[in-house]
Amino acid sequence: MAMHEKTIAQLSASLAAGEFSSEELTRALLERVEQFNPSLNAFITITAEAALAQARMADERRRQGAAGPLTGIPIAHKDIFCTEGVRTSCGSRMLDRFIAPYNATVVERLNAAGAVMLGKTNMDEFAMGSSNETSYYGPVRNPWDLDAVPGGSSGGSAAAVAARLTPGATGTDTGGSIRQPAALCGVTGIKPTYGRVSRWGMIAYASSLDQGGPMARTAEDCALLLGAMAGFDLRDSTSVDRPAPDYAALLDPPLAGLKIGLPKEYFGEGLDSAVAQVVEEAIAEYRKMGAETVEISLPNSQLAIPAYYVVAPAECSSNLARFDGVRYGYRCENPQDLLDLYTRSRGEGFGAEVKRRILVGTFALSAGYYDAYYLKAQQIRRLISDDFRRAFAQVDVIMGPTSPTVAFNLGEKVDDPITMYLSDIYTIAVNLAGLPGLSLPAGFVGQRPVGLQLIGDYFAEDRLLNVAHRYQQVTDWHQRAPMAFA
Amino acid sequence: MTPLGTAQVAKIAHLARLAIREEDAPAYARNLSAILELVEQMNAVDTTGAAPMAHPLDMAQRLRADEVSEYDQREHFQAIAPRVEAGLYLVPKVIE
Repeated sequence: MAMHEKTIAQLSASLAAGEFSSEELTRALLERVEQFNPSLNAFITITAEAALAQARMADERRRQGAAGPLTGIPIAHKDIFCTEGVRTSCGSRMLDRFIAPYNATVVERLNAAGAVMLGKTNMDEFAMGSSNETSYYGPVRNPWDLDAVPGGSSGGSAAAVAARLTPGATGTDTGGSIRQPAALCGVTGIKPTYGRVSRWGMIAYASSLDQGGPMARTAEDCALLLGAMAGFDLRDSTSVDRPAPDYAALLDPPLAGLKIGLPKEYFGEGLDSAVAQVVEEAIAEYRKMGAETVEISLPNSQLAIPAYYVVAPAECSSNLARFDGVRYGYRCENPQDLLDLYTRSRGEGFGAEVKRRILVGTFALSAGYYDAYYLKAQQIRRLISDDFRRAFAQVDVIMGPTSPTVAFNLGEKVDDPITMYLSDIYTIAVNLAGLPGLSLPAGFVGQRPVGLQLIGDYFAEDRLLNVAHRYQQVTDWHQRAPMAFA
Repeated sequence: MTPLGTAQVAKIAHLARLAIREEDAPAYARNLSAILELVEQMNAVDTTGAAPMAHPLDMAQRLRADEVSEYDQREHFQAIAPRVEAGLYLVPKVIE
């Protein structure tokens, strides 16, 4: 088996057995990045020299007997995580020349585990998008079909993992930005419970929804990465002070007696019938493993997108106010006065979708509209959260499709924001409630992958990873590779 | 509500300190109106008595001791600023 075909767990075993060094592995993957990135556009920045230096350090650490499971494992970071001394663009012209002056906690923690950073992955601008087409650096292409989008906003991470350019990557998920691209690219990704992974150094979009998480080929690899990423961080005031379990040690319990809830709202109108069939087959596989399924109802599901498009833009309009052309980031040429400096730097530095969301948020928070929009949306958020609370009194895990369709074509929805927003119809409610969610490969419609979404109760990441891992022991969808990148 | 016009877009853009080109204003007005129409589906449900949810875990904000925890990194941070001089950020003249 070639190095790039191996999962993180397999690479970890090979490195431990001395089959190859981290430097050899890193070199091999950097060659693949160089070969394939021009057609995929999955990376914004490739950090080859720093990667090789990190790899040599990892090899040295191993010689000293201090290696852990991620020591010497190459990964990629979504370009939303600050990386000291390396451009951190967030997919925006605004930060095209921004060299981060410090590392995000997630980056620090993965560095401490000995992971090797290959580079920074492409993404929708400021994580606002579901197709990776809003990036200032151009769209990412889906390795399964270069005419298709990879999903977004963590599209570069998903495509890089699917094309075997990296065995794992970080992502962030505000309304589905880990799970939807994972589904559309046929990889596994988990959005942890809000507060599980530190947001420090992760450029903010909607602070009450944003959450970082890992993307990889298997649930086992996600468990290894999440184990390193999760945990309390004093520097993030919303970080939860609760020890992270050893996820990789909790993957194996059998699923007999597991109660799976199937929300009827996730299988109705709007769901592509071929996707529905793949999801039904995956659920049948769980029944074979001894799980029990019950129909449940999440009656306020249809309100998730309307509430999200108030809460997220409102928070984005506040968060992105910091980009003023003064302290860092893009500044317009020849500003006439201070107001001109602010407005033109922002007008020229941000792309169309970011501007739309800033404007929607500014409107929703403006005098006279607050109660009708923001307060109402927060109340809806409560109703949605209560729906899940009632469901988890009956069931252990909720299952359904991650996305209503397989990957759509580049350009297909880019001029129609509303249609684009609807591609997150099954993922957004999870962020509003703050719950953990996972997407795993469950089959194909034609050439394009289908994702199965698992939703768990608060802090049930270990359970989600266990439920995904057991499925991956009896199926091989997660082992399929796109032909051009096998 | 009635769809937004270009004058309203200009007003919101000013509040957001965002320059919008005049020729782009009609498209923003159209898109923003469509988004607000989507958002207004919220009105279909009665939320009387539902406590607004600001944070997914209903946690209280953690406090820390009022002690200096950051050290001076002015030069490091100003190295990425568009324009600085003598440790100051330069902007166009504000007072004549």
